Amino acid sequence: MQKLYGRPKALKDVSTHYCPGCGHGIAHRLVAEVIDELAIRELVIAIAPVGCAVIAYDYWDFDCSEAAHGRAMAVATAIKRLRPENIVFTYQGDGDLAAIGTNETIHAANRGENLTVIFINNAVYGMTGGQMAPTTLLGQKTATSLKGRQEQTQGYPLKISEMLKILPGVKFIERVSLHSPQEIIRAKAAIKQAFLNQVHKVGFSLVEVLSPCPTYWGKSPKDSLDWVRDVMQKEFPLGRIK
Amino acid sequence: MKFINKMTQKNKVLMSGNEAIARGAIDAGCVFYAGYPITPQNELIAYMGEHLPDTGGIFIQAESELAAINMVFGASAAGVRAMTSSSSPGISLKQEGISYLAGAELPSVIVNVMRGGPGLGSISPSQADYFQATRGGGHGDYYCLVLAPATVQEAYDFMRQAFELSDKYRIPAMILCDGMLGQMMEPIITTKRKNKIYSKPWALTGCKGRAPNVVKTLCMVEGDLEKLNLSLQKKYKEIFAKEQVAESFLLEDALVVLVGYGTMARIAKAAVRRLRAEGIKAGLICPKTLWPFPKDTLESLARKAKKGTIVLAVEMSYGQMVEDVRLSVNGKLPVEFIGRSGGEMPGEDDIVMTVRSLVKKSRRC
Repeated sequence: MQKLYGRPKALKDVSTHYCPGCGHGIAHRLVAEVIDELAIRELVIAIAPVGCAVIAYDYWDFDCSEAAHGRAMAVATAIKRLRPENIVFTYQGDGDLAAIGTNETIHAANRGENLTVIFINNAVYGMTGGQMAPTTLLGQKTATSLKGRQEQTQGYPLKISEMLKILPGVKFIERVSLHSPQEIIRAKAAIKQAFLNQVHKVGFSLVEVLSPCPTYWGKSPKDSLDWVRDVMQKEFPLGRIK
Repeated sequence: MKFINKMTQKNKVLMSGNEAIARGAIDAGCVFYAGYPITPQNELIAYMGEHLPDTGGIFIQAESELAAINMVFGASAAGVRAMTSSSSPGISLKQEGISYLAGAELPSVIVNVMRGGPGLGSISPSQADYFQATRGGGHGDYYCLVLAPATVQEAYDFMRQAFELSDKYRIPAMILCDGMLGQMMEPIITTKRKNKIYSKPWALTGCKGRAPNVVKTLCMVEGDLEKLNLSLQKKYKEIFAKEQVAESFLLEDALVVLVGYGTMARIAKAAVRRLRAEGIKAGLICPKTLWPFPKDTLESLARKAKKGTIVLAVEMSYGQMVEDVRLSVNGKLPVEFIGRSGGEMPGEDDIVMTVRSLVKKSRRC
């Protein structure tokens, strides 16, 4: 009998600490499936962020490093330069990649580092209790924007993927979502492309993943998926950006 | 000015302290450097940019001090000898990364060519980062090993020691040197020799043929962080017991003992010679390791010293190292201080006059 579906080798057989309906579990699994399919598990070195996914190394079964908040791409740059034969990727949230780590993000991209970046955008700081993120939508209520994000004092949702597009060092950017099975299949294809690009030395490749955070959106898991589909993706349109 | 003795692979060259540090790092097997420009250490980053790639190493001009120190984190996690350099304001920025390096027990070398502070301060030499260097500097209970060269030759030689000790103890090592030494040129002997290779089974290389490695500092399980801290403390205790280094100069019969490091030690040495010529029995202790501070040398001095012996700390600060001097002699000898900061330093005359008046005062009482 042929086994059609099972746990990827790159994913440990443990339960995660993520909240019900959180997108991280799906995103972790997609990364692990891609790594299995490309048979690169023993070459991979991952950089975990600071945020909800900080202990991703407890779930992935390959070499991992932590990085200080926002500094994942600086850490990854050094590792990849020293070990070009390894496959190095960062996995970062919106606060990590697009607020405290904006400088590291822009300059790693501008240097055209041959890295794969998985950027989880859930429009909120999860680990610290649901504060406003750079990607929080206008009007979205968070612990630090109780009346909803106001553009006059809190600015606009930061579209860092679109910003990175103009850099010649950037070779691939796609925005995907986890709100439906079809979109998850598309997300996996984009993640696979971003890893393949590194294998083929194409250069800096980033996949932005719109991911639900029911806990800090104050919604049920089902309503959170609908919110990504009906509201969030209007602000952050899906598809190939570069 | 340059000749090469091919037999011994010794090479006599004229270099600035900054260049000597860079050359010393390359000769010590450093293969990764990331830095960001700041005066007065720019010759160091320039030398690395010119010469490190020739040896197969990686040179990156980072977008910030934060990025540079975190690149060093990545390079060290990948198992190679890695370093960064900066000057005071830049070192403040690096403190986040240094704390992570200490927590993850990643060997690494950080060079601080000190300038005047606080704030942007000035580009003139200073020793005002002593507290920051010797008390950890960032958050958490940790220390960096701190070496303080006083000559350009030592600036070169100490790089090899810094990398060795850093690998041996898995601890960040800092070279603390004032801007005067960074800028000053002296002839030095560079030595090519094989460097000791430390096995790094914890390094991130891809998990082929072994269980995955994780480099981390987060310890969320109750008790884990205390365990990490206790093991760090054990290591620090061992380093404190084994690695103190100080140079003693005319100490045996000295009744006035100057204590100074870096450029101040050289000025103090000249003052000691002048005071001896005047008939004042002066001597000098020059700490080469600032952490661990050479407490044993000071303790032994306090034990053996004749009655009336005076200790005088000399610094390019308003009194930082002097605290360690006081802690070491522990009230057994009077400890005086002379220092200037903000880009100024006590001169030979200032030290000589201070000693004369201290001696006069002690004779009166």
